[in-house]
Amino acid sequence: MGKILMKGNEAIGEAAIRAGCLNYFAYPITPQSEVAEYLAKRMPEVGGVFLQGESEVAVGYMLFGAAGAGERVFTTSSSPGISLMSEAISYIAAAQLPVVFVNIIRGGPGLGGILPSQGDYFQATKGGGHGDYRLLVLAPASVQETAEMVMMAFPLAEKYRNPVMILGDGLIGQMMEPVEFPDHLRTAPSDKNAWASNGMATRGSRQRNLVKSLFLDPEALNNQNLLLKSKYDRMRREEVRYETYNLDGDYRVLIVSYGTMSRVCRTAVDNLKAAGVEVGLLRPQTLFPFPLEAVREAAGRPACQAVISIEMSMGQMVEDVERAVCGIRPVHWYGKCGGDVPTPEEVMDVVRGLMAGGR
Amino acid sequence: MGKTFSKPRSLTDQPTHYCPGCTHGVIHRLVAETIDELDIMERTVGIAPVGCAVLAYNYFNCDFQEAAHGRAPAMATGIKRVRPDLVVFTYQGDGDLASIGMGEIVHAANRGEKFTVIFVNNAVYGMTGGQMAPTTMPGQRTTTSPRGRNVEEVGMPIKVAELLAALETPAYITRQTVIDPKGIRKAKKAIRKAFEYQLAGRCFSLVEVVSTCPTNWGMTPVEAVAWARETLLPYYQLGEFKVPE
Repeated sequence: MGKILMKGNEAIGEAAIRAGCLNYFAYPITPQSEVAEYLAKRMPEVGGVFLQGESEVAVGYMLFGAAGAGERVFTTSSSPGISLMSEAISYIAAAQLPVVFVNIIRGGPGLGGILPSQGDYFQATKGGGHGDYRLLVLAPASVQETAEMVMMAFPLAEKYRNPVMILGDGLIGQMMEPVEFPDHLRTAPSDKNAWASNGMATRGSRQRNLVKSLFLDPEALNNQNLLLKSKYDRMRREEVRYETYNLDGDYRVLIVSYGTMSRVCRTAVDNLKAAGVEVGLLRPQTLFPFPLEAVREAAGRPACQAVISIEMSMGQMVEDVERAVCGIRPVHWYGKCGGDVPTPEEVMDVVRGLMAGGR
Repeated sequence: MGKTFSKPRSLTDQPTHYCPGCTHGVIHRLVAETIDELDIMERTVGIAPVGCAVLAYNYFNCDFQEAAHGRAPAMATGIKRVRPDLVVFTYQGDGDLASIGMGEIVHAANRGEKFTVIFVNNAVYGMTGGQMAPTTMPGQRTTTSPRGRNVEEVGMPIKVAELLAALETPAYITRQTVIDPKGIRKAKKAIRKAFEYQLAGRCFSLVEVVSTCPTNWGMTPVEAVAWARETLLPYYQLGEFKVPE
């Protein structure tokens, strides 16, 4: 199959099916309701399950039940909906279930707005729900990359028995771009008989499986958390992904930016280069694990005078950038989060300001 | 003489943590006997609630999932939708089902989800130490209604079976009790019927079981049975409230 023109939200639904996930539970919320609308039509065609739950709270546990029974399952939502699912996300991480979540972020806090934002960076990468858990967070910057990340997310969730989140924004969900669904990203579900509560007869076993998160004994709970931590540490070693742009030359400013915002920054880098100003761009594709070493190394290049995190939030990723740079260069932030995406001109002005030492 | 009475194979050998006089043990046994009789242990998945029965998976000899507070019906929905061949039951108390989980149970029932709910109503929160539940009787003293449930402030106790029976979607909804041998025999029949409706793919099924909590009621087991008969049963009337056409 060649390239077709698709809206980001519809590509998410199709990508999941192409990845071999035929179970979808969701609750409508702008700006991603097209995923549910697309799958309400499409899932019955492929013999899959589509169910509109009564709330995001309930949907979270439908995912728990389905994943606990050993089936591939996913949902899509937007910021306030992810807040409601965060209780279940904590339980799903605790019970070590592979579930894929897609958050097409809208502006917050509260009802916020329905336009694109990156205001859920903290929620996705630092928690959201209670307890010591992490999500593997993938941040796409195009419809094509969104489709590929959705397809990659299922085997990743199974590799770690941990929820994976695709962190997009309203622009990614709403825009149309050419997309194709690579066959090599179609994967067979992993064998889940070792732990899934899929019925003893299913696995021909006399041993029952329990899917649970309660560990009343302090030592047992600590050990459980150490086990979870070992998975997150492995993600830090094996799953860091990022893309670099114009990092070969002697750039004087390093921009760190992800998702939709990084595309604007890329244009700004091109424009500045045409004007004789070298600026580098590092785009994290995984937000957890964050590319700490890559950012540190890029910031440490001799010509680099300053680092700036440009994001559609009031400064969230900048804290990870600061953590990466460790004080060897000044770290700045620029962003907006009302729904307007900063323009290339704004980014160029901000960078020029940095080089003039004015910030 | 042959063996005439034994433990159901669907129960494990583990001694329970339930208090003396608690009726959870009886209800566990009735569910396990039903699973044995229908020969479905190998394809059954139970869902434990948050409450006294959170550790139910230690006692039932089948696959189990452990729910967050009130969310068991959503989890059962998830399992049953992706694996309709499995037999799924939730085991929930009145704080879990009728308070924090009211949304989940109403919508699961209304969608006609093909799983079975064992709903244990003892008019109080057990595991957290005897707080007021939505099912606590008017005037009943609990740790959070020390002067007795004031219906002017918190309303009347919720009759879950009647409430769910009011939904238009076909279902099997019944209320039983296990405070005496006659009640236990009837409760067993109802539980079996509920599982049979599920196995036939007919409808959602819920068996509310009026039970006792001597510890949190501050009574002996004998007093608790008497109080349940005199106070709970006149309000929570027994019977079938809805049967599928």
